[in-house]
Amino acid sequence: MNALLSLVAVIVLILIAFIGIKVASLHFLFGVVIPYAAIATFLIGVIYRVVKWGRTPVPFRIPTTCGQQKSLPWIKQSKLDNPSSTSGVIGRMLLEVFLFRSLFSNTKFELKEGPKIAYGSTKWLWLGGLAFHWSFFVVLVRHVRLFTEPVPSFLHSIEVLDGFLQVGALGVLISGVVLLLAVTYLFLRRVFIPEVRYISLAADYFPLFLIMSVALSGILMRYFLRVDLVSIKELTMGLASFSVAVSLEKISVIFYIHLFLVSALFAYIPFSKIMHMGGVFLSPTRNLANNSRMERHINPWNYPVKVHTYEEYEDDFREIMKDAGIPVEKE
Amino acid sequence: MSKTPKADELSKIDYMPPKSGWMDTPVEFKQGFWCYGSKAKSLETVGFPNPRQWSPADEDWKLPENWQEIVLKGFKERLDKYRSFKVFMDICVRCGACADKCHFFIGSGDPKNMPVLRAELLRSVYRGNFTKAGKILGKLAGARELTYPVLKEWWYYFFQCTECRRCSVFCPYGIDTAEITMMARELLNLLGLNTDWISGPAANCYMKGNHLGLEPHAITGNIEYMLDDIESITGIRIKPTFNRKGAEILFVVPSGDLFADPGTYTTMGELMLFHELGLDYTWSTYASEGGNFGFFTSNEMAKRLNSKIYAEAKRLGVKWIIGGECGHMWRVLHQYMDTWNGPADFLEAPKSPITGTVFENAKSTKMVHIAEFTADLIRHGKLKLDPRRNDHLKVTFHDSCNTSRGMGILEEPRYIIKNVCSHFYEMDENTIREKTFCCGSGSGLNASENIELRMRGGLPRANAVKDVVEKYGVNMLANICAIDRAALPPLMDYWVPGVGVTGVHELVANALVMKGEKERTTNLRGEPLPGVVETREERRKREDRRKEVGRRRKREEG
Ligand code: SF4
Ligand code: SF4
Repeated sequence: MNALLSLVAVIVLILIAFIGIKVASLHFLFGVVIPYAAIATFLIGVIYRVVKWGRTPVPFRIPTTCGQQKSLPWIKQSKLDNPSSTSGVIGRMLLEVFLFRSLFSNTKFELKEGPKIAYGSTKWLWLGGLAFHWSFFVVLVRHVRLFTEPVPSFLHSIEVLDGFLQVGALGVLISGVVLLLAVTYLFLRRVFIPEVRYISLAADYFPLFLIMSVALSGILMRYFLRVDLVSIKELTMGLASFSVAVSLEKISVIFYIHLFLVSALFAYIPFSKIMHMGGVFLSPTRNLANNSRMERHINPWNYPVKVHTYEEYEDDFREIMKDAGIPVEKE
Repeated sequence: MSKTPKADELSKIDYMPPKSGWMDTPVEFKQGFWCYGSKAKSLETVGFPNPRQWSPADEDWKLPENWQEIVLKGFKERLDKYRSFKVFMDICVRCGACADKCHFFIGSGDPKNMPVLRAELLRSVYRGNFTKAGKILGKLAGARELTYPVLKEWWYYFFQCTECRRCSVFCPYGIDTAEITMMARELLNLLGLNTDWISGPAANCYMKGNHLGLEPHAITGNIEYMLDDIESITGIRIKPTFNRKGAEILFVVPSGDLFADPGTYTTMGELMLFHELGLDYTWSTYASEGGNFGFFTSNEMAKRLNSKIYAEAKRLGVKWIIGGECGHMWRVLHQYMDTWNGPADFLEAPKSPITGTVFENAKSTKMVHIAEFTADLIRHGKLKLDPRRNDHLKVTFHDSCNTSRGMGILEEPRYIIKNVCSHFYEMDENTIREKTFCCGSGSGLNASENIELRMRGGLPRANAVKDVVEKYGVNMLANICAIDRAALPPLMDYWVPGVGVTGVHELVANALVMKGEKERTTNLRGEPLPGVVETREERRKREDRRKEVGRRRKREEG
């Protein structure tokens, strides 16, 4: 149900772009206004969210420790999984952000007769997630060529690496294909693993379909439908320099659909779980050193509390204490 | 109370989620899964809101008129005070990596015990009230209203989380459902919705210094009994001091270890060790609790209870503090105490008077874990140990949730055990260290009315023990946690009968060769040492003594 609704929403988006161009001829709206609005929403929204997180205090130092603490000099500390210094934390975060280390150690269990619970390692989610994020990233970087003239040389090297597969006469860029496959995998596991299906919201399917449609429209455009690349580059360069001067009608509708879907995705990010890309850096269980006993952590809103003092305690129990031979302050 | 099903029945678990979506599946309070409600008196003692007579089974929980307003206001306040809470509300992608990591899910199959869904119980209300998307799109965006049934669902499931943090290890963003549970419990406490098993001990601790409500003479009395036992086993009379000014070290233990077996054997072990070292230390009857049931109530309550440790250290003029074997106690001491009640600038950086080691890792809090202290002693060869006295034991070690995932004290206890026992075996690597499984009774869930929940939650732990029992003949489960010592014995009896439970310092004391001791024939439990044949007379005496101890404790409890 949630999946279906999200699919419908994405189809509606595609139709809007199609009708907007084909029927209403709103080229300027879809080619210029909406992309600008989307980027603005994205930038302002993301900054707003991150600043808001950043401004929220971290009252306690609560890293989740996943290895041996630093204690006695002869006991080997797990410097990455239980960091006690900033460099350790940086290492931990880098491995987390770039290689999804926690997901790498994922396990699954099986309850057998007996009962006997067996645990095994499972790397599919890690692999799928890694493939998805990295290919998305490469695809994004590849698009930089649309906004630069001359195209920086590192982009050429990326494309050479990316395009080592020759299918027929056509150079296929791996990243787009991997992205499509990975996003499909992420969708399928959501549908077929009962627990994951049970927890999935429309807000989980929607971005998957959106990204799927972005990738599909991109692939269609690149390999199957002929588009006017020169005009597109003129438009994107124009967008980048705030001076669009190209006849927008020359560009075919598939480009507008692609652009509209991308705009929708960017504008949607600040309101969605995709914000995890920023949040992961601010997660107090991962980005703090486990050195609470070495260095005092300050809670900015620490306030005095009502306590039961020793004096009150002694008043309650003075005679008992004396009888039990326990020294007291007031005889 | 309903009858708890037998183990083989209980282990048939269905993991298939129900057909209806989780928001449309109403909460059902199953007998054996929840604890009695907090008593009015306990709440009054600590000045908590809405003290009244109520039962979770009642239709009407006797809430103030404006309860929704109170909760939402409290919600907002906490979102602004805790980055963890705010970020964790926002960034979960529902990837499901955490789903099968919770012992309560593994043991019950209830999808709302998947950490992600437990968090969604709260997150859905967050979205409905504090996010644009949720306000506009409602259920489509996973948002819902805060209704009475939702509140009841919160209560039911946030007291089915032991705040063990296992989910947090596997989450790619480190989302810690324990943190979310803590916030949920704070909100529930704004309405007087705690459990008796938590608010009772918290109130006790506030007034009397410890969860069990042991008054000064009961503490000295209990320890006196232990000293008698130690004397009859070793021939040595130990004379500890209480509330003594000018001692070098203050020693704080979880009060459970002063009260019931097998925790008391751990305390006996500590008494013997410190005596043997000639340590200049004192007990305190005011700061007679290292544990902190306030921590299962609210941050503020936890701070109020914890304050006694530094206050007492200051009053007595000690130089530093040693803490006993306990799990959540060390989460609090390690990650919270200094922030709440520090700086402890009236103390000195802890330095072992025996080895001269300065505990750099505790130079700010000035509080050292007894396992760190003892490991250092052994490393420096300061203890005369005879591990053969533990030769009848095949030991495995259970890492407590809090000490492993909220501190990381993994090797110290292992090092000690390997030096005092000859036979040590690790459990499945997926069930120890940072991946350890909860005893199923942490965070104030070790009551008796929720025993089915506890046995279910403890299944993964017990099952890993069973595995080493079958492989290596393990017969003793060691740990460094007072709740473990209370919770694991019934868990073992239920799933793996025949496995005993022990604190690490009980093992130490059994192996410790003390100056001037008589030839020992029994261990601290009064059982014959390996190779010693017990006469019928001795056996009778031992059993009599056990019975007498049992009667004595019953009397005190009553
Ligand atoms: S592992 Fe983390 S992100 Fe994934 S469902 Fe669980 S809490 Fe959410
Ligand atoms: S903290 Fe522990 S008990 Fe709570 S949801 Fe996570 S795994 Fe389960």
